[in-house]
Amino acid sequence: MISNTIEARGPRPKHLSIGRIGMYCFIVMCALFFLMPLYVMLVTSFKDMDEIRSGNLLYIPKSLSFYAWPKAWGEACTGFVCEGLKPGLVNSLKITIPSVIVSVSLGAINGYALAFWRFKGAYFFFGLCLFGAFIPYQVMVYPLLKIESALGIYSSLPGIILVHTIFGMPILTLIFRNFYASLPIDLFKAARIDGGNFLKIFFYVIIPMSTPITIVAVILQVTGIWNDFLLGLIFAGRDNQPMTVQLNNIVQVDYGVAEYNVDMAATILTSMIPLAVYFVSGRWFVRGIAAGAIKG
Amino acid sequence: MNNSVEVKKLSFNYGKVEILKNLDLDIKDGEFMVLLGPSGCGKTTLLNCIAGLLDLDDGQIIIEGDNVTWKEPKDRHIGMVFQSYALYPSMSVEKNLSFGLRMSNTPKNIISEKIDKASELLQIKELLHRKPSQLSGGQRQRVAIGRALVRDAKVFLFDEPLSNLDAKLRAELRYEIKKLHRDLGNTMIYVTHDQIEAMTLADRIAVMKNGLIQQLDSPKEIYNKPSNLFVADFIGSPSMNFFTGKFISSSNSFSLNNALINLNNYEFDNKPSDQNDIIFGIRPEDISVSDSQDGMEFKIELIEPMGADTLIWLSFENIPFSVRLEGSSEYKLGDVIIINFDIKRASIFDQKSELRL
Repeated sequence: MISNTIEARGPRPKHLSIGRIGMYCFIVMCALFFLMPLYVMLVTSFKDMDEIRSGNLLYIPKSLSFYAWPKAWGEACTGFVCEGLKPGLVNSLKITIPSVIVSVSLGAINGYALAFWRFKGAYFFFGLCLFGAFIPYQVMVYPLLKIESALGIYSSLPGIILVHTIFGMPILTLIFRNFYASLPIDLFKAARIDGGNFLKIFFYVIIPMSTPITIVAVILQVTGIWNDFLLGLIFAGRDNQPMTVQLNNIVQVDYGVAEYNVDMAATILTSMIPLAVYFVSGRWFVRGIAAGAIKG
Repeated sequence: MNNSVEVKKLSFNYGKVEILKNLDLDIKDGEFMVLLGPSGCGKTTLLNCIAGLLDLDDGQIIIEGDNVTWKEPKDRHIGMVFQSYALYPSMSVEKNLSFGLRMSNTPKNIISEKIDKASELLQIKELLHRKPSQLSGGQRQRVAIGRALVRDAKVFLFDEPLSNLDAKLRAELRYEIKKLHRDLGNTMIYVTHDQIEAMTLADRIAVMKNGLIQQLDSPKEIYNKPSNLFVADFIGSPSMNFFTGKFISSSNSFSLNNALINLNNYEFDNKPSDQNDIIFGIRPEDISVSDSQDGMEFKIELIEPMGADTLIWLSFENIPFSVRLEGSSEYKLGDVIIINFDIKRASIFDQKSELRL
């Protein structure tokens, strides 16, 4: 038999099949679709009002106008004050940083206790936590508000930090517990024989192994708390309104002209922190989510 | 000799499942005790109970004359070595070794003295500044043993320490552990499912099944005189051959269909009565090929060369059984050989109770 095919040897030849091309097209289209709003925001923020009014939403700006950005940052009016988003950024940092630290630390201790110190009722408690993760938090706003005013911390910085800590607890406990449950139990046993108690084992043995899951938890909390609007509006009080609330006040004008370029710039400024967090730590995020494989 | 570890009427349940049932075990001072059994027999649970890592449902644990039943693991004078090594991944070898001492606020000079001694003994001196992830399996297990050493543990607990290692390293570390026991003279309790480890290391072996100790004796006794069918079957590789048949008291022999094996040389502990169902067990090495014509004739059905030995498979009344011959023997498939059973070394069990007769 005569055959003009090449004898098979080495790596299998790769073909670019039609299915594969179709898949790439689909992926690119999806990406474009999701990037569209960001694109519109960016180009609009660099246009002047005349150009915006002419209605060509998708065009790139004819001439670059830097009018909107400084105004959004320092001059736009949020209600009666006209200081832009600057104070909001400071407030958001004041809320986010302590909330993230407190909630992640407590979540880690909770998860550690549930995974290793199987106290009586641990499963029941874990079940409650899971249940808590699925309750819409709007349901709990009013009771919480009453509790906080009774405690005298309603409408204050500690008040809003407490609220964020409470709402972060179910999901944080869950992810830390699941991560710790994937660590070899022998490590914990060895540490107990070596004389560690609850806190010593946590600090010396468990925390040094928690980097990947802590990064996941921090990202989750930073974005969640930063993007929060409702809780900030209700619990933070007038002096501590986070950036999102002030952004809303800039965008929702009842009189005068709606300055879309300023709105767009303000929106981009507000979303800067979560975006930066994702860009810096996205690699870790994926790694942490895929963790469980992290051993020895 | 005093007892180093005493387990008294220990019961442990996991949910509704009884793992250990009313178990008693005394371990003498300086003894190397091996807990041997298939997975799920409760041997690791027993070890964890002794270590204080599990709460008992009933019973007592006494270590060095001290009732430690309610004491924390760290207060039980024990050191433990795990199958997964359980080294703290974020700490260097040195920190791993010193962790226990640092937890109990031992002065620095004493810590470094002890680490020096232990790392010398285990030949891990040059590894002290490495992280566990940079070590091989054998090195990791040495460090894990070292961690028990520096704590000045009176009792060493080993939980299948060699199971994650390859065959060659396993043999090497087995030797080291035996040497360590010889040099230190500590009490050691060693859990394994590997009968070779059990046979080579133990002063006494406790063979366990379903949370009960089946036989507690020296390796020699367990190998030669298994107290029941389970122990006989579990110990020995290749395993013992078994034939089920009847006891004929008139001729004092074992009968299977039409074949008879004379049991005159067997020392019965309890003599069965006529026509009782019994199990005749004999190890492959207790069957020999005879040069003369007296004995039974068999055709070789399968040959398994194992290097030092060769295993040949024959069948007796359609039941396959193996015979262990020297590796140099040159039989071929289909050869006919004449063999003799060494009845003195056989084991006979009652079929119902499965106990040795």
